[in-house]
Amino acid sequence: MTLRVDDLRVHYRTLRGEVKALDGVSFGVGDGEILGLAGESGCGKTTLGKSLIRMDGRMRLAGGTVSLDGAELPIGDDRRMNPFRFKRVSLIPQYSMSAMNPTRRIGRMITELLASRGESVDTAELERRLDLVELPRDILGRYPIELSGGMKQRMVMVISTLLDPSLLIADEITSALDVSTQKAVARTLVEFRDRGFVRSMIFITHDISLTYQIADTIMVMYAGRLAEKAPASVIVSEPRHPYTRMLISSLPEVGVRHAERRLSGIPGRPPALLDPPQGCRFRDRCPLAFDRCAEDPPPIEVAPGHHVACWKA
Amino acid sequence: MRRYFGRKLLVYGLTFLVAVTINWMIPRFMPGDPVQSMLARANVSQPAAVEAMRAHYTSLFGLDLPLWEQYGNFWAALFRGDLGTSIWLFPTPVTDVIIRAVPYTLALLIPSILLSWWAGNRFGAFAARRRWLDNTVLPIGYVLTATPYMWLAILLAWGLGIVAGIFPVSGGYSFAMRPNWSWEFVGNLALHWFLPFVSLFLVAFGGWAIGMRNMIIYELEADYSTYLSSLGASRRLIRRYAFRNAVLPQITGLALQLGVLVAGALVTEIVFSYPGLGHLILQAIQNQDFFLLQGTFLFIVVGVLVANFIIDIVYVLVDPRTRTGIGGEAA
Repeated sequence: MTLRVDDLRVHYRTLRGEVKALDGVSFGVGDGEILGLAGESGCGKTTLGKSLIRMDGRMRLAGGTVSLDGAELPIGDDRRMNPFRFKRVSLIPQYSMSAMNPTRRIGRMITELLASRGESVDTAELERRLDLVELPRDILGRYPIELSGGMKQRMVMVISTLLDPSLLIADEITSALDVSTQKAVARTLVEFRDRGFVRSMIFITHDISLTYQIADTIMVMYAGRLAEKAPASVIVSEPRHPYTRMLISSLPEVGVRHAERRLSGIPGRPPALLDPPQGCRFRDRCPLAFDRCAEDPPPIEVAPGHHVACWKA
Repeated sequence: MRRYFGRKLLVYGLTFLVAVTINWMIPRFMPGDPVQSMLARANVSQPAAVEAMRAHYTSLFGLDLPLWEQYGNFWAALFRGDLGTSIWLFPTPVTDVIIRAVPYTLALLIPSILLSWWAGNRFGAFAARRRWLDNTVLPIGYVLTATPYMWLAILLAWGLGIVAGIFPVSGGYSFAMRPNWSWEFVGNLALHWFLPFVSLFLVAFGGWAIGMRNMIIYELEADYSTYLSSLGASRRLIRRYAFRNAVLPQITGLALQLGVLVAGALVTEIVFSYPGLGHLILQAIQNQDFFLLQGTFLFIVVGVLVANFIIDIVYVLVDPRTRTGIGGEAA
């Protein structure tokens, strides 16, 4: 198991109190596994991704442990975490379009970045990877402003994986792209994994259909907690958690005429995490809710590799 | 690139044309008659002699010609490097008067502009994100930059000149000395130079430091900084990138501030009776010396335009984005 997260709790400090963005999340990612992390806005996916590499100033580790390749990741300690960044855990950010310093040639920026981590650039390997993502080699002599959006995205993908990290976090990297580019980016990520540039990956997105195309396992989060985690095909074909079921049924299907069958959304909105309600957090929106839902449902393994946090599962 | 500079030069040329025209107009439409005041100074009582002198001076300065002809002659003389004859220091040519004053003004302006820009940027970048500096020294910066030049100059003259008695408070050098290249004279020159320089430096320094501090904080929050820190880049590298990018708007700021700084230097010179262009302007106005006033303004306008042009060139050199913007392709 590459990554092991146990009962992770991360809070945001705000003026009105602590927002419990991650409230006891446990899961693992195996060697060579691509974990798709899905859920609606505010469910804690990005917080989870950030916690694993660099917490921002407002985030506070409230509890839980993370281990990578058997060693503990000191995620709450910015200074001690630094040696792990880039070399062991790396990130493709949401903001690839603006991730590169606009006033440095890309090649020089890479050299300076690697030098500050005590590494030197393996030009042959870098060029091989540029070829792989179909970027021209002379891109290293250009400024980021001279690249198109898709090129910047691929360039950042190459930079982030240059030191062959064990874990790569890809945070909503397809949100700003059109559908065909999204597919190409997703395929490139799988290719990176297959070639061993990265050992395993957490692919964060709100687009469950895209996740399905590349992820081995899908984890659905709701209001800072794990709702369901199962192999990708199982999540799509036989989801057990009512939230997952409603998410899947709100996706359009090919061949279905929507004049005959209306797409259903999920009414209501997730609870505020400043003061989360007791018991199951999906209770208020859940059509199956009953008395027992006032108690917290623990995630249980209903089938091998299939975890669900619901009393009805 | 050539088109960009061509366009820039055109704009500067037009600015020059307009500035010279306004410059020519202002003294002529200003109330008061310089010939009259010269006659008064000559203190001649015979009416016939007065009439003859008036005719002589009027034709000497070309004031008897129609306005448009005066304007044309002005341009023609300008290209010959002839700015006319000073009325205040009659019959010294204006060019000579200005050339005598220019070294003083430049010696004040160039070090105070460049040093305050450099030191202010360095200090602002250093203070950003360091709490105790942010809370103690930057408020002082706000006070400094909000201080009018001449007021700070008066305070300094009073504090360090009159009360402490360390520095002389007026003149370019001691009245007891004659200009020569001895150590004693140069030392005296430096002593007189210090207070006007410091008052200009301090006001500008505060402004640059505050601007830089805000820019650095903005750049450190920018996506590329976040990305670099996520990849564990050293704080030094991130700060270096942030500084380099934050300096760009400061360069533009320098271009915008030049005019203000020059004006500040002029009033500071007046406070310290420093024999530079500011002092000349004051004298020219008091003596209704059109030609000197014109010449001085012209010199300042040209100076500011040239400085702006240099900044344009620097900007193109340091920011690749302007280069691609103007060339339409990779530079």
